[in-house]
Parts: sequence; C-alpha cells; structure tokens
Amino acid sequence: MTKITLAKGLNMGLRKAMEDDPKVLIMGEDVGKLGGVFRITDGLQKDFGEDRVIDSPLAESGIVGTAVGMALRGYRPVVEIQFDGFVYPAYDQIVCQVAKMHFRSMGKSRMPMVIRIPFGGGIGAVEHHSESPEAQFAHTPGLKVVACSNPVDGYWMIQQAIASDDPVIFLEPKRQYHADKAELDESATPEPLWASRVVRQGSDCTVLAYGPTVKTAMQAAEAAAGDGVSIEVIDLRTLSPLDMAPVYDSVRRTGRAVVTHEAHVNLGMGAEVASRITEECFYSLEAPVLRVGGFDTPYPPSRIEEDFLPDLDRLLDAVDRTMSF
Amino acid sequence: MTQTSSGPGSGPGFGPDLVEVFGPSQQDGGPELIQLLTPEGERVHHPEFDMDFSEEELRGFYRDMVLTRRIDTEATALQRHGELGIWAQLLGQEAAQIGAGRALRPQDYVFPTYREHGVAYCKGVDPLSLLGLFRGVDQGSWNPDDNNFGLYTIVIGAQCLHATGYAMGMQRDGVVGTGDPDRDAAVIAHFGDGASSQGDVNEAFIFAASYNAPVVFFCQNNQWAISEPIERQTRIPLYQRALGFGFPGVRVDGNDVLASYAVTKAALQRARDGQGPTLVEAYTYRMGAHTTTDDPTRYRLSDDVEHWKLKDPIARLEVYLRRNGLVDDDFISGVQEEAKQLGAHLREGCKALPDPQPLSMFDHVYAEMTDELAAQRDGFAEYLDSFEGARS
Repeated sequence: MTKITLAKGLNMGLRKAMEDDPKVLIMGEDVGKLGGVFRITDGLQKDFGEDRVIDSPLAESGIVGTAVGMALRGYRPVVEIQFDGFVYPAYDQIVCQVAKMHFRSMGKSRMPMVIRIPFGGGIGAVEHHSESPEAQFAHTPGLKVVACSNPVDGYWMIQQAIASDDPVIFLEPKRQYHADKAELDESATPEPLWASRVVRQGSDCTVLAYGPTVKTAMQAAEAAAGDGVSIEVIDLRTLSPLDMAPVYDSVRRTGRAVVTHEAHVNLGMGAEVASRITEECFYSLEAPVLRVGGFDTPYPPSRIEEDFLPDLDRLLDAVDRTMSF
Repeated sequence: MTQTSSGPGSGPGFGPDLVEVFGPSQQDGGPELIQLLTPEGERVHHPEFDMDFSEEELRGFYRDMVLTRRIDTEATALQRHGELGIWAQLLGQEAAQIGAGRALRPQDYVFPTYREHGVAYCKGVDPLSLLGLFRGVDQGSWNPDDNNFGLYTIVIGAQCLHATGYAMGMQRDGVVGTGDPDRDAAVIAHFGDGASSQGDVNEAFIFAASYNAPVVFFCQNNQWAISEPIERQTRIPLYQRALGFGFPGVRVDGNDVLASYAVTKAALQRARDGQGPTLVEAYTYRMGAHTTTDDPTRYRLSDDVEHWKLKDPIARLEVYLRRNGLVDDDFISGVQEEAKQLGAHLREGCKALPDPQPLSMFDHVYAEMTDELAAQRDGFAEYLDSFEGARS
C-alpha cells in the first residue's frame, strides 16, 4: 500500500490505462515533456512516446475535434483541457459533435473519449482559472460527467472513464491535486463509476457534495458533530447520470438535505438534485432542500474568492436553517 | 467588387498593394486556375497536372456527373412535393465532386459537409440513404465505416478537425508512406468558401501542418455562403491561405472534372506518401439556391448565373466526348435511361422511408444506456400506452 496524492492517483491511473490498452492516447497542451501544468501526465511521454502522449497546438477546439477523428479511427483519446475556463473554445465540438456522434450514427460510431478538466477555485489564480462548468455539460444528452474528490477515486475513476464507450467529462478538483494523501490498494476492486457514495453516516441532515466540496462537507460534519448535529455526507461522484438511490435512502431517514458545489447556484447541479429529492421524498422532508454554492457572479478576483466559495460556515449555516425550519 | 483602394497592404514598409483579387482578371479563376478541359470542351494541357485518361474513364466521368445531377434534381423535386423538409442542392458542382470522389482509393476516408451527394455516390453510398436526414427520419443512416464516408456535418467546418484527427490515427496505424498502394491511405475533408472563415477549419490546417497529417482539404469555392459572396470571407484567393499554414495550395477549375480528378489524385498521393496536407480550392459556382428554402434572386444577379451556365461541367465534357467520337447517341440515351431509373429508385424509396418510432429517440444516446434515461423512456412508453388503451 502506498500513500498518494490526487495528482499521483490520476497519473498512476492514466499510466495503467495506457499499459492495458495500446489504443489509449493522451493529447493536450504541455502534456508531454512538461507533464502538464499540474504534472498529471508526468513521465508518460517519456515512457509511451510522442505518438501516444501528444503535445498539441494551443487550440482547444482543435484538440477535441481531432480527438473526435481519432476516436472514429478506433482510438481512445484522453484529452486534457489545461484549465476549466479554457474549455469554451471546444464547447461546440463537445456539445455538437462529441455528444451527438453515437446518436446521429444510430449507434454505428462510438466516441470513447475522456475530456479531463481541472476545475474549481481556491488556488489564488487569475480569472478563467477557477471555474466550475459541470452543469453546462451535464445538461447535454450524450455526455457523461463525473467528478473525483480524492486520490483513490482519482486512480480508479480515470481508468473506468477511459474504459467507457461513451464520452466522459472528467472533472478534477485542482486545489486537491497536491493536498491530502490517501492509501491506495491497487489490488482492491473499485466501486462502479456511475455510483454515488455515502462517505459519512449521520441521522439529522444529508449533505450532498462532489469534487472539491466533499472535503468541505466532511469538515462541516465534523464541526456539527461537536454541536450534537449528525450530518450524513454523500459524494455524488457521477453528475450525469446522477445516482440518486442512495440520496433518496438517506433523505428519507434524515428528512433534510443541503446540496453544495462551487458552481453558481442558479440552474446548477444543486437545482436538479433538489428537484429530484422533492419529487421522490416529498413526504419525508422536514424542510426545503437548500443549496450552498458560488454566487451568481462571475468568479471574483482571487483575494475575495474565499467569500465566493461555499465554506464550512456557510454550509453549517444552511444546515442550521434546515434544522430550525 | 475591387478591394485595392482601401486595402491594408499599402504604405511604406508593408510591400505592394494587394492584387485585385475579385476584379476582372480573377473572375474566371485567374491565371493560376488549373484546367484540362475548357468550358468550350477543348482539351488543354498543364505542365504539372496533365494526365492521360482512357476512353472508359472519360465516359465514366460523364455517366457519374449525369447520375449525380439526377440525384440532385430528383431530391429537389421531392422537396417541392413535400417529401423532403429541405434539400441542399449541388447543381453546378458535379465536376468538383466526381473528380474528387473518383480520385479516392477504397482505403481513403471522406469527411463531407451536407452537400457531397456526388462524393457519396462515388464511395458507393446508396443515394436513397442521403435523403433520410433531409426527410427528417434519421440523422444519417449509413454506416460511415461501410464505405469510408463519414456522416454529413451541418455545423460548417467541424468535420475538418475530425478529418485531421482521423488522418493522425492513420499515421499511428502505419498506413502512411509505406509505399504499398493497397495500404497507404489518406483522408479528404470537404468544406466550402463559407466554412473557410470558421476557426475549426483554420485549426485543422494548423494541426494537419504541425503533425504532417495525410489529409487533403478540398474546398469547393462555389462563390456563395447562402447570401454572402466570397469577398465577405476572404481578401486573397483561398488557395493562397495554405502557404501561411505551411503547406501547398492550388486552385483548380471545379467545373472541369478532368482537372479536379488530376489535382485531387496528386494531392491524395502526396498525403498517402507521407508528405502531408494540401489545400485544393475547386473554383466553381453554386448554380442553385443554398438550399430549397433559399431565394438567391434577393442577393445575386441572374447575369452571373448565366455567365456560369456557359461553363457547365457536364455540357463541356459531352462536347469533348462527341467531338472526339468517344460517345454516340446510344451511349448518351443509355445514361439518360440509367438516370431515369435512379430517379424512380429515389422517388419510390423516399416515400417508403418509414417514420421512426417515438421511443427510438432514446436509442443510441449512449453506448451504455443510463438508468435514469431508461426510466424516462419507460415513463414515456407508459404514457403513450395509456392513449392506446383509451382508444381500444
């Protein structure tokens, strides 16, 4: 057993996927010699060669569009978008081409592509480097969207996403890349990719999180426990499709739910999750489902980003409001 | 039309003024136009792209163009009769498409726009299957890998990147530059003068150049992007753009099937040999409307159309074939008969295309169906059944 960071878990997962299947290719800006600006692809070009780990021209639509062609030729491209805010030049290729190719061809063509996006804030970056675009992709039929939150999931989920015959938007919480370490058992059997997971059990309120906010939710649960409030935390992991069964089970027990993400609350994942909980658990609810997320402003300058991001206090405030409803 | 007076090229240190790109000297394609058969049906020679054609090849080109035109006129008529929602006409572009299509080898791969009916025909795609998209019963019913002919692409230019990526895949498969004519392969990306302004086309040029990908960029410059003339898209002849990206570009007479064939064949061979991309600008004219919903009388002069009628790709080849005794009336009427049968096949086949079942919209959204989409489908099925129950 080794202790690894999220960056290392992703790197090991990518390496394993490339070893297992010669059709797996990596393409993106600076992914070769440099190993990516976050070093997620560190050492892969050295070991797998320039034909399989491809430094691309600086054009995101070009990266995703050529990856479509490679997928049509039978490859399994894994493309890296350097930062969340740089994905928009590729938006047309992702939404009009990647997402629809299987459908348009009535199942004859497949798009086994993974689009890796470091997402979220909290690293003191300049603008366009801290965004959370997940809802825009989860809203697009034909795409699948997942978000990892920890090193072990990073290792397994990237391999599972690459093995998927559907295109997967793979969101990586960039501020966690080099933060906490966890024990990885490479001989373990991973959970399915399309499954949410209860990461802390509780009985008073269910907090739903994914990506970077899972850690915040766990801290909030710890703090609330000191005040006698028992919070159950669920890491959603998959955003499209959503795996709601464990959420419904939890909310039927707790009667309360708070959804949190860094993305803007308006029409965000929280709105969808809250709506589904209301449809399925209406008579179990003791309080309205609340959302705690980024405000409906552009991502602010980094000196005030901690005010924009949902933190432990705002999350606990929402939990208190559901408890006292 | 002229662009020189306020052109950005003038001034000290910036070199000479831009040439008069759209003036009279360029109206017929300019001196750089590669031509092997004049509009009058006269065979001319070119120092680099000349080639010999067998009688059978020449008759084949004629037949291909007549049948392609029939596909187009038949589909246009089907739209007028309400059988198709819309149709994108290729009238006038038969030579560019047949020349490019016939230059392909079976292992080459085509990424088309939505107007490449002639190329589809060359690749062996049943023209009837092209109609589904325009009738609204599917979004492309052919299997791209059956004929190496990709699905029609409506967002203009997007397919140029797919073509480039596919060509990069060929490089990795070791089917480029081996010297084996049955193995070496290339990709052709079709697009138009309008799409040449798209970022994706320009990014495709950059990626193809950077990786030396085996792809031919085949631009049918038909002078019109719906209502916008070519001057709105470019200030230099399109083929000259290639130089700025680092690969060769040529302008061929797109109404001359012989030159279109010869130039495309050479460009494809360059690609297969591992020498990288080429831009071919097929200089032609959209004789019809953009689509059956368009009204070109609102934005262009009938004089222009009359001018281009004199350059008709089929008429000039027929003149050449007859003058040289390569065809007789029997051959011509035989081709006409074949065209008639093709028309009947399209008419009857189109009307018989079944409407898809409502629930089929849930098929193939994903290779691996999700539980939540399956639940949505099942709910809709129950809802539909409730009506059937009410009726019975």
